[in-house]
Formats: sequence, structure tokens, C-alpha cells
Amino acid sequence: MTTTMKLFAGALLASAFAMPAHAQVKEVQMLHWWTSGGEAAALNVLKADLAKQGFGWKDVPVAGGGGSAAMTALKAMVAAGNHPTSSQMLGYTVLDYAAAGKMGDLTATAKAEGWDEAVPKALQKFSVHNGKWVAAPVNVHSVNWLWISKSVMDKIGGTEPKTFDDLIALLDKAKAAGVTPLAQGGQPWQEATMFDSVVLSTGGTDFYKKAFLDLDEASLKSATMKKAFDNLAKLRSYTDANYAGRDWNLATAMVIKGDALVQVMGDWAKGEFVAAKKTPGTDFLCFRFPGTQGTVAYNSDMFGMFKVPADRQEAQVALAKATLSKSFQSAFNVVKGSVPARTDVPDTDFDACGKKGIADLKDANAKGTLVGSIAQGYGQPPAIAAAYTDVVTKFFHGQIATSDAAVTELVKAINAAK
Amino acid sequence: MSASASSGTAGGSIVTRVVIYGLLGLFAVIYLAPLFVMLITSFKSLDEIYSGNMLALPRNPSLDAWGKAWGSACVGLTCEGIKGYFWNSIKMVVPAVAISTCLGALNGYVLTKWRFRGHKLVFALMLFSCFIPFQSVLLPMATVLGHFGEIGRQLQDSIGTSLGFGNPTVNLVFVHTIYGLGFTTLFFRNYYEAFPTELVKAAQVDGASFFQIFWRILIPNSTPIIVVTVIYQFTNIWNDFLFGASYASGESMPMTVALNNVVNTSTGVVEYNVNMAAAVIAALPTLLVYVLAGRYFVRGLMAGAVKG
Amino acid sequence: MSITDKLSGRDAPRAPAAIGWRERLQEALPKIVLAPSFAVTLIFVYGFIVWTVYLSFTGSKMFPSYDIVGWQSYQRLWTWTFETDPPSSWYTAVVNMGIFGSLYISICIALGLLIAILLDQKIRGEGILRPIYLYPMALSFIVTGTAWKWFLDPGIGLEQTMHAIGWESFHFDWIKNKDFVIYTVVIAGVWQASGFVMAMFLAGLRGIDGEIMKAAQIDGASTAQLYRRIIIPLLRPVFLSAFIVLAHMAIKSYDLVVALTSGGPGGAAELPSTFMYSYTFSRNQMAVGSASAVIMLMTISAIIVPYLYSELKEKAR
Repeated sequence: MTTTMKLFAGALLASAFAMPAHAQVKEVQMLHWWTSGGEAAALNVLKADLAKQGFGWKDVPVAGGGGSAAMTALKAMVAAGNHPTSSQMLGYTVLDYAAAGKMGDLTATAKAEGWDEAVPKALQKFSVHNGKWVAAPVNVHSVNWLWISKSVMDKIGGTEPKTFDDLIALLDKAKAAGVTPLAQGGQPWQEATMFDSVVLSTGGTDFYKKAFLDLDEASLKSATMKKAFDNLAKLRSYTDANYAGRDWNLATAMVIKGDALVQVMGDWAKGEFVAAKKTPGTDFLCFRFPGTQGTVAYNSDMFGMFKVPADRQEAQVALAKATLSKSFQSAFNVVKGSVPARTDVPDTDFDACGKKGIADLKDANAKGTLVGSIAQGYGQPPAIAAAYTDVVTKFFHGQIATSDAAVTELVKAINAAK
Repeated sequence: MSASASSGTAGGSIVTRVVIYGLLGLFAVIYLAPLFVMLITSFKSLDEIYSGNMLALPRNPSLDAWGKAWGSACVGLTCEGIKGYFWNSIKMVVPAVAISTCLGALNGYVLTKWRFRGHKLVFALMLFSCFIPFQSVLLPMATVLGHFGEIGRQLQDSIGTSLGFGNPTVNLVFVHTIYGLGFTTLFFRNYYEAFPTELVKAAQVDGASFFQIFWRILIPNSTPIIVVTVIYQFTNIWNDFLFGASYASGESMPMTVALNNVVNTSTGVVEYNVNMAAAVIAALPTLLVYVLAGRYFVRGLMAGAVKG
Repeated sequence: MSITDKLSGRDAPRAPAAIGWRERLQEALPKIVLAPSFAVTLIFVYGFIVWTVYLSFTGSKMFPSYDIVGWQSYQRLWTWTFETDPPSSWYTAVVNMGIFGSLYISICIALGLLIAILLDQKIRGEGILRPIYLYPMALSFIVTGTAWKWFLDPGIGLEQTMHAIGWESFHFDWIKNKDFVIYTVVIAGVWQASGFVMAMFLAGLRGIDGEIMKAAQIDGASTAQLYRRIIIPLLRPVFLSAFIVLAHMAIKSYDLVVALTSGGPGGAAELPSTFMYSYTFSRNQMAVGSASAVIMLMTISAIIVPYLYSELKEKAR
């Protein structure tokens, strides 16, 4: 017993006096929250790319809360003075850290690699701060998608809905056939994400931009916005009784099993279909939310590049280059369900939905209809985005009873969060 | 063993005994229900989980999920399951529990048997410290730990060893000890409150020193409260996520952070069966502590001490 | 122990003047033992509380900022406190804290005490039963939250099972209902913590001098009387410990709410802890988060201080 104790104490001491984890020169320290099997496999491609060039990879994974746990950890790391080489980040966080002077500068690399041309301008709003490249975008997700069960669609004889009214008619058909029309996950972020699409569909791209990107008060409380809330209420009537609190992937499972007709969700939902060995076109269908074809409401994962000592910059530059390389962009996004963050990546390896996503992105980028999803934090800073989510979810669950009250609350909540 | 440890106030009629066992059994079933859900889920395939009732028994029970949780689930880019993270947690939990329990026992002893002016205020202040929200200490503590890291690097350069400064595990031990002190002090203070002061007085008259009294008289009578304190501290520190994720993520991450990484995904595919298995595996050390420490839930020996 | 031994060993052969020094040391020893704990508490708890209070008067958003802007954050919380239609998140959090806190603490204490007393009746298999009541504490709520969520979900859990076995009228959808969702948090919370409360009471029971009980039984007290008049009053300090531990868990419950309800329908399961976390870290309104932390601490002290005062005053010997 005492020997064991001594051994144990010895081992403890040994580990306590070991060198504190110094950041090595030929190594990237990477904070991220991609820990599910598919995501890890995709990210391993990047690790292997770097290993080929002789750079090590120090993994710092912190999952949870859609990245909020990782962001808390990042704040603590930065407060302690340990900047990681890079961190997965979302939208405004990058800009906040850049404004606080914590980010590095990749402008030279960006010039050499031609990122200015290849990466959509809308994304550059978040990866470039004061003319300096501070982050490498990894992918582009978009939220205005419908995911439809082919078997249910065949059963009810439905076709692709082109307008919101078409969608309602389709949902009615499903209801008549005794299938749950709308597979809905009843969590605040899911409801808000669906509302992004509803607003785009109801008011059009220019209205969306004016209301959510410019926060034009007249638009926020306009009749169009009220109509959007009414449309959201209409959609709500097609859910089953138990939608509240449901996780998004359980809602996707309802569509996969053919228990429900359609889910309105971002393109990460495709990962669930693929994991269940389903093929687009034969088992499930992906359409743009009716009335939003031509527009892409996006969110994007970025690798923010932190300010590191000169001797660690070589590894950082290598990471950034590898991240935006065409081969990684293709390999990663095929698995992730998203589309590449540069518009010049060939779509050969992507499935039908992926190909459509790539074409839509290129199109939207050219037409200026690539808009940030406010629900996903790419339309407004976190405080305002959260205020928006609050109002939408309260409306969805009846704490806010009418669309009149909803627009009033929306204006009030957004003003309070400014 | 447990029977002899009980107080045995109720000899009781057969009816009473039946009621007692019936109630205890009923409670046991209710307490076990969620574990039942977790276990049956862990033996199902993902298809089966998605396809029906969560309380239905698995059609083709399989241990695949357990194998995956143990050895091949992804915690980050490394997909070797959660088995490797036990040691990280153990080397943090054991010292933190030991140090905070010892200090708590000493504090409780001083606060009940060696009172001084203002002892109540000191106790009240320490007790109130239990309520500080960890969110609000996260950043200032990170800054302090950052300075420790700086000291560690300087020591490393000048004398060749950092003496533990800046080591993430040592940092966690430090943090958990500080924020556990309020509880351990509370437990021991309230337990010693009921301990007969006459025994301490008598020993003092016999010339026993401060530490002798503590070691020879109080500690032998403290078994139940030590058990409670160890259970509490072990559980809380083992299950801590916030500090572990913020101060020791990466290769020294504790079990809870690893478990969280297996379980939590925002846009990836969720493997519920693996998650459930991983959760049970991650809890095994704590469960072991409950069973082992629980054996020492014996009645105190106070009566004997009075006679001796 | 070793310190005194060493000290006395070294000091013993010295001149009488040293005895005074040694006695003084002996006298100061308890305070010296207590001092480090007290010092770290002052710095790392109260120092940080002061820091939080300071932040609550600044305009801190994503990062701490040190420019004082005044009472803005408190004014905002104050307005939110009275916004009931639609309920503001802060109002919901405060109301829920009242419901959750009082039910959670009282049920845990009642249930914990009951099970402890039952277990203390020379029960066969105590060694098996005890871990069964305790194990919920060991499991991380990130995962048990999911298990509970399924169990309580009318579509896939208990209700559906009851329907399947023929009890068609069984209806239990609290987790989907914005007015009742907080009670499901209470259920899961009680399940998790009551076992530990049981352990605390059991330790208390086992710490009671057997002689006292025997004496009371000889005096002809019934079992019920024995517990009501003698044993439960003796457990008073345990009630204090249990109350503090439970109050602390109630206030800090975070994983529980998030994993079980994801905030509840329309945010109906909001608690001050989730509010504080989201404002401090996700919503980048750190000043508001800090202000809510300060208000929480003030509320706690308003409840705890009088309780402590009466507890400690009475106990003075």
C-alpha cells in the first residue's frame, strides 16, 4: 500500500514539475470545436497537410454550445497571455479580437495566394480588419434550405415549392396524408434560423438587408416584417405537438425516416442524411426555401490567426495557406455539408446538393445577394443577434402573442442591445 | 458490516420493516430510471435509437458503442476514445481533494475548538465564498495563472525546474482547492460543532498539543464527515468543466472536457449510444469512490472515546 | 503535528524566556493554521467580487474595460425586472429562480432526510442501496440531461410507453409546456442532488452519540418522538450544510438547464446562471453579466446572512 502511495505521489510530482507546455516553434496550436467523427476526419486532412511540411499540430478541442464553450476558453487563454496559433471563430468574434489588437497579419500571404479575388467579398468583411487579413475562412454554410423526404414527397405527389404559398399547399397535402408536415426542432436558435429564411422569402433580399444588416427601424416594424411573423406562425401550425426543445438532428431523423415531410435547416443537416447512407435525389431532396432562390443566407467558420512571436509565424502562415488550399477546401467541405469558402474550387467531388450549393454561392456572390444570417451571428454582433433570437423564440412559443407585438418587441430588444 | 454500523432505533414490527424496505426499493427504482434509459440506449444502434421509443429494450444488444467510447471516439483530432484522460483527471483530483479536505478539517477544528475573537465572521466569510459564480472568477483567475506561468518560465530558465508554476494540472489543483475550501470548512466545522468540547479540554489538561488533539481525538471520530467531504469534493472536481476547459484544454485536458468533446457537437452527427456509454465510463472513478468510501459510513466511536 | 514536535523539540532546552515565546506560538497556532485558507479566500473570492462589482459599473462588452460609465447595467436590469408582457429574460430568470430554488432545496432536504433515516434502520443491503441514491451526482449532466429529456418527452419517452402498455389517458408533457418546464428542471435536479443530501444526513446520524438514543429509549420515547424531539434537533448543523450546498447548486445550475431544456420553450427555463453566462460570454455584454452576478450575490447574502446570524448566534457557547 505505502509503495503504491509513494509511486503515485512520485508520479504526481514528476508531472507537476514537468515543463509547462511551451508553444513549440514548428507547431500550430489550434483551438476548435469540431469533435464529431466526420468533422475530426475532415480536419485531419489539414493536420496531415501540415505534417507533410514538417509542422506539428497541438490540438486544443473544446466542444459545446455551438462554440461558446470554446470562445470562453479562448478568452481565458488570451487573458492568461497564451495566444493559440489559431482558433476556430465565428463572424464578429474575429473582428472584436482584431479590434483589441490580438490578431496577427496575413496580408502578405493573402496577396501571394490571391485570396482577395477567390474569397467572396461578403466573407472578407469578417476575415479582413482595417485592410489586414486576420482570418482564413474554412467554409460557407447556408441556412435557407429545405430538406425533404423523397418517399413522402412521392406519396403525396408533391413538386418543388416555388413560393411560400406553394410550400403551405405542400404542407397541407402532407397533413392530409397523415404525415407530420414540418419537422421542427424547438430550440431558440433553430426557430431563429428558420425565421431568417421566412423573412428572405416574405420581403426579399433587399428588405432583409435593410432590416437586419442596416437595422432600419422602419423596415423592422414594417407591414412586411409583420407578414413575416404571420408566415412563421403559419409554419408553426404544421409542426407536431412535441417539437419544443427537440434537437435539430432528431428533427432531421424524422425526415430521414419518412415520418415528416420537410425540415428547414442549414446545410449541416445533409451530414445526417449522408451518415444514414441516404443519397440526394433518390432518398431526399434539397431545395432552397421557396422565394429565396438566388440568395444565400450564409454563416462561415473561420480560423482566426492570432498575434504570435515571430518564430511561430512560419507555422501560422503554413496553416493559413493549407486552410485555403483548393484541395483542403474540397476535401473538408464534402464531408461537412458546406461549400468551399473560395469560389474557384472544382465541384467534382460534391454530391448534387453540394454542387447546387457551390453554384448558388457563386451566383449570389456575383449578384451581391450573399447575405449574413442574423440567427447564426453573421448579420449583427452577438448582442443584437441574441436579442433577435429572443424575440423570435418568444413569438414562436406564444409569450409574444401577435405579430404586432412581435415587431414592437423586435425594435425594442434591438435598440436595447445596441 | 452495514447492519452493525446502523443506529438501530427501530427494532420494529414486520409491517414497519416491510414499509421501510418497500419505500427504499421504490426510491431505488425511481433513481435508477434515467440510468436505465442511458444503458439501453448505449446497447442500441443509432438507427434503432432514431426509430422509436427511448424506453424500449434494444432489439439486438451490442457493445459497439462501449468499445467506441472507450477506444475510438473522437475527442478532437485524436480518435482514441476517452480512456487516455483518466490519468489527467486523477492527477488533478487526488491532490485537490486531499489538500482541500485536510485544510477544511483543520479549519473546522480551529473554528470550533480554538475559538478566537471574530471566529464567526471568519467562518461566515469563508462560507459565503461558496456562492461566488465561477463565471465571474474565470478571467481574473486566468490572468493570475498567466503570471504563474511567467514565474514558471523564469524559474525554468534560472534553476532548471518550474516547481510546478504554470503547469496546467497544478493550476487546476490550485483553483479547485481554493474554491473547495468554503465547503470543506463548512462540513467539518458543522460536524465538529457537535463534537464534545469536554474531550478536547480534558486532553489539553493532559498536556496534549494542538496537533496531537486533532490527530488523536478528532480525526479518529471524523470518518463519516471525511467520507461526505471526499465524496463531495471528488464529484465536484471530477465533473468540473468550466475551469478544466479554460485552463487545461489540449493534451492535459481532464476527463470531463474529453467527455464533453465526445458528446457535444453543434453541426456534426450525434452518436447518442456512444455518448451514453462514454458518460457512464467517465463516471466510473466517482462511482468507485462512492462504493469504497461509502463502506466507511460507520457510526462514530464517540461513546468509546468518552469512556477511554 | 510535525511542526509542533519540531518546534518543541528545538525549543525545549532553551532558557525560560523561550517558554513565553513558545506559549505565544502555541496560542497563535490555531490562527496560523487558519490564516492561509482565509487569506486565499480574501484574495481569490472577495478580491474577485470587488473586480466584478467594478466591472458592473463599466461599459465592458466582449472584454473587460475599465472605464466607469455608471449605473447603466443596473438600470437595464431594473427595467427588465418589471417587464412581464412579454416576460423579459431577466424577469423569467428571477421568477424561475424563486420556484426552482425553493422547491429544489426543500424537496432535496425532505427526501434526503427521509431516505437517510430509513437507511439508518439496520437495513440489509445498505451498501448496495447507498450508491444507488448517490450515483446521479457522479454522472455529468451534459449526458444525463439528454436521458432525462427523452424520458420526459411525451413523444418518445414515458408518456408513449404508458400509452403502449395500455394506459391511454396518461399525460405528461411538462417539458414541452412553457409554464411547467421549470418543474422538470426541479425533478431532474432533485434526482441529482438528493442522494448527496442523504449522505450528509446519514453522516450526521452516524455521528450522534449512541448513548443519547439509548437513554431516550429507556425513558420510553417512541421512535417518532425520538426523531422529532432529539435526533432532528441534533442534526441542525447538517441542515445548515445541506442548505448551503443546495443553495449553491441551485444558483449555479447551468448544465442541468441547458442540457435538459435548451433554455425551454421561448426561453421559459431561463435561470440567473444561464442569464449571467450568456451575457458575460456569448452576448458580449459583460457589464450586464457582472451586474447580474452582483445582484445574485446581494440576493444570496440577503437570504444567507440572517440565517447564518441566527444559526451562529444560537450556537454560541
